[in-house]
Amino acid sequence: MNIPDSTHPACQRRHQRSPFAIGGEKALEWLIRLSGISAILFVLAIFFFIFREALPVLFSERFSLSQFLFSAEWYPTSSVNVRYGTLALTLGTCAVTALAMVIAVPFGLGGAIYISEFSSPRAREALKITIELLAAIPSVVWGFIGLTMMSKLIVTYTGAPVGVNLLNGGIILALMSVPIIVSIGEDALKAVPDSFREAGIAMGATKWQLVYRVLLPAAKNGLLAAVLLGVGRAVGETMAVLMATGHAVQIPHGILDSVRTLTANVAAELGEAPVGSDHYRVLFLTGVLLFAITFTVNITADFVIRGFKKK
Amino acid sequence: MHITTGVKFGVTSHVVRKERAQSAAQWVFRAMALAMIVPLFAIITYLVYRASPSLSWEFLVEVPRRGMRDGGIWPAFIGTLNLVVLSLAISAPIGIMAAIYLNEYARDNWFNRLINLAVINLAGVPSIVHALFGLGAFVYAAQLGYSLIAASLTLAIMTLPVIIASTREALASVPMAFREACWNTGATRWQTIRAVVLPNSISGILTGVILQVSRAAGETAPIMFTGAVFYKAVKQGDFFPYGLTDQVMALSMHLYTVATQVPNVKESIPYATAVVLMGSVLLVNASAITLRVYLRNKKKW
Amino acid sequence: MTEKTPIIDVKDLRIRYGAHEAVHGVSFSIVRNEIFSIIGPAQSGKTSILRCLNRTLDFVANVTVSGSVCIDNDDVLKARDVFGLRRKIGMVAPLPVGLPLSIYENVAFAPRCSGLNAKDELDALVEKCLKQAALWYEVKDRLNSLGTALSGGQQQRLTIARALSHQPDILCLDEFSIAIDPVTTMRIEDVLKELKHEITIILVTNLTQQARRLADHTMFLWKGGIVEIDRTEVMFSEMPARRETYEYVNGIFG
Repeated sequence: MNIPDSTHPACQRRHQRSPFAIGGEKALEWLIRLSGISAILFVLAIFFFIFREALPVLFSERFSLSQFLFSAEWYPTSSVNVRYGTLALTLGTCAVTALAMVIAVPFGLGGAIYISEFSSPRAREALKITIELLAAIPSVVWGFIGLTMMSKLIVTYTGAPVGVNLLNGGIILALMSVPIIVSIGEDALKAVPDSFREAGIAMGATKWQLVYRVLLPAAKNGLLAAVLLGVGRAVGETMAVLMATGHAVQIPHGILDSVRTLTANVAAELGEAPVGSDHYRVLFLTGVLLFAITFTVNITADFVIRGFKKK
Repeated sequence: MHITTGVKFGVTSHVVRKERAQSAAQWVFRAMALAMIVPLFAIITYLVYRASPSLSWEFLVEVPRRGMRDGGIWPAFIGTLNLVVLSLAISAPIGIMAAIYLNEYARDNWFNRLINLAVINLAGVPSIVHALFGLGAFVYAAQLGYSLIAASLTLAIMTLPVIIASTREALASVPMAFREACWNTGATRWQTIRAVVLPNSISGILTGVILQVSRAAGETAPIMFTGAVFYKAVKQGDFFPYGLTDQVMALSMHLYTVATQVPNVKESIPYATAVVLMGSVLLVNASAITLRVYLRNKKKW
Repeated sequence: MTEKTPIIDVKDLRIRYGAHEAVHGVSFSIVRNEIFSIIGPAQSGKTSILRCLNRTLDFVANVTVSGSVCIDNDDVLKARDVFGLRRKIGMVAPLPVGLPLSIYENVAFAPRCSGLNAKDELDALVEKCLKQAALWYEVKDRLNSLGTALSGGQQQRLTIARALSHQPDILCLDEFSIAIDPVTTMRIEDVLKELKHEITIILVTNLTQQARRLADHTMFLWKGGIVEIDRTEVMFSEMPARRETYEYVNGIFG
């Protein structure tokens, strides 16, 4: 064999990297580490700055925490009878979210099952892209659709006096949460090992039997997480519900009632509340409440997801 | 599939029932999948139809007239562009580096699990809470005032977790064996990342960032209280009408305004604004998807 | 074989993954410019020992290592400059890994990482390493095509070229032949016989006949302990010191 000359300089000495290269690399690695840590800093900062603005109102004599949480009376600008009760808003959020989930969960999970188990590869690609596009439509556009197209449809078909109401917000939110439910749900179904499917098919199960006997039980944690993330999205949504739910601060009694949600309330009133006033601070407190709710939902979802990945 | 030949594998009533359930289930699921597509096309068609009287090149490049009841949307369009570029210029580097940290450097200990948890939480924070944070932190505490920079910073923090998540996914798709092969030759972690990991995940990273362009462009709540205004006088065709500390107009905010706050707007104007906003967002998304498909087809291993 | 100074001296090496001890206090030494083979069934701790040599075991979570592993009288377990250490050792993994770079850059990667950038020096080095790995004549006209596009056997030789590119003192091969065909295996074995005049080679294999063909010394590991270590002729003779060795190399158990 012809091994070339080992006397060539490159083949002899070991090289040293320049101190600049080494120092630059060290600096960059510190920057990378710092960026990683920044995520924690941002979460803490969000909580800190919102809570800082809200804090003084907790010591104001015109405010009580139990009233804030459990009273349905929201009269922030009244001159004689100021009330900061968010119960109606919380119930509004719950009602809209619940309605949205009633619509979105069956469709979302059904869609996920279809995409993952029934469709041909080409149809799957097309469906996934469509769903991605559906997810990309900005919330203000959804709100606008609720305000115009959906409200007209609702007035025509239900005879409701106004088209912007709980039903409208629920449908719009459902359309917005479906993409999340579908994509996370599909991931969960994909995470079920193929050997399960093969075993089922080998025993003569039809696709449908496979889905409800094998896949749904095996993927149930992931599907639950998908639903939870959909809930998280629906609770936190602002512009769409601001424009589509009609804006009346009241405890809803039927799906054709107008409602207002926690998020929409902040968006609607923050602009008018004088900076530093009790009203302004109560709105920040609402922010803290929202932060706490979504925090809980997301941690739970993550916990559930971690469960299904470990298996 | 029916198997009718032969005696042993003939069609029994049980088989018939089974197959019926199967095809019924398939149709139900197909209908559900279609039920998600139909609204998308219905909505797009409806919006474009109602917007058509106003949709034109002039609508895009003209400034609003008669108190936004007429004219075009140039200031809002360019404002959105400024906001998006600035916010991603802030969040993309931080997000990509954070993802590199989490995927390439972080060991599995309590501290890094805490970071992961923080990222997940940051992703779930409602947009209106981001708005409150932006108002409290950037507008007041940092004394930036209602400005382009305050709004961009707020948007940057909002897009950060998603950039981290998509970048991590892209990095994780590079096989571990490549990294091990590099480490075996004495390459440092960064040399490995630089030579092998980043070049092979850059397409995924880019796609993730582009998708955030569309998200940042569409958001309204976070900029509503940190820097976006109803109206600002801007010269037609001016590409940089806003300074860092100026308030800006934005497409999403403009749509909200003309749809709910301004009386007697020419009917097709809000529709046309919605179409332009949705069109740009979908266009950006579609290009990200195309890029992804294109790059997936020329994968190197 | 005459007495030579050992290049690697391992004393009482214990490797523990969590609660499970994979290697129970092994001691052996390897002399310069020979082929030292480690044989033994799966799970006997062969790969753990190799990865301990170049400290890539550090990447495994929950691993604890005790004892001492000296290369040129330097304890690698206490080494500060692990990157420098890894450059002293060439490592070839069981499955061929062509990096998604061009063939040229695959080989030039390690020298570049250690600060060599001169084009002519790199050219010479790449040619030398590819020739040493018996790959040069197959790829010299397409050095710019992707390393991942080569066949499995070619990729494995590319991996060897890459392992040689930082001019290591020691070359470790971990079951290099499991993913390639016999003809290529024979070619690589010829390469190893040539290389042994320049560097020390550690060959981990579960093909006992390969050890017999190539190695000067052979160590038989079983369940994390050394059964026997001796000159290869002795190990494969009718009379090794331990009956297990005779039975393993003759395929009676294993």
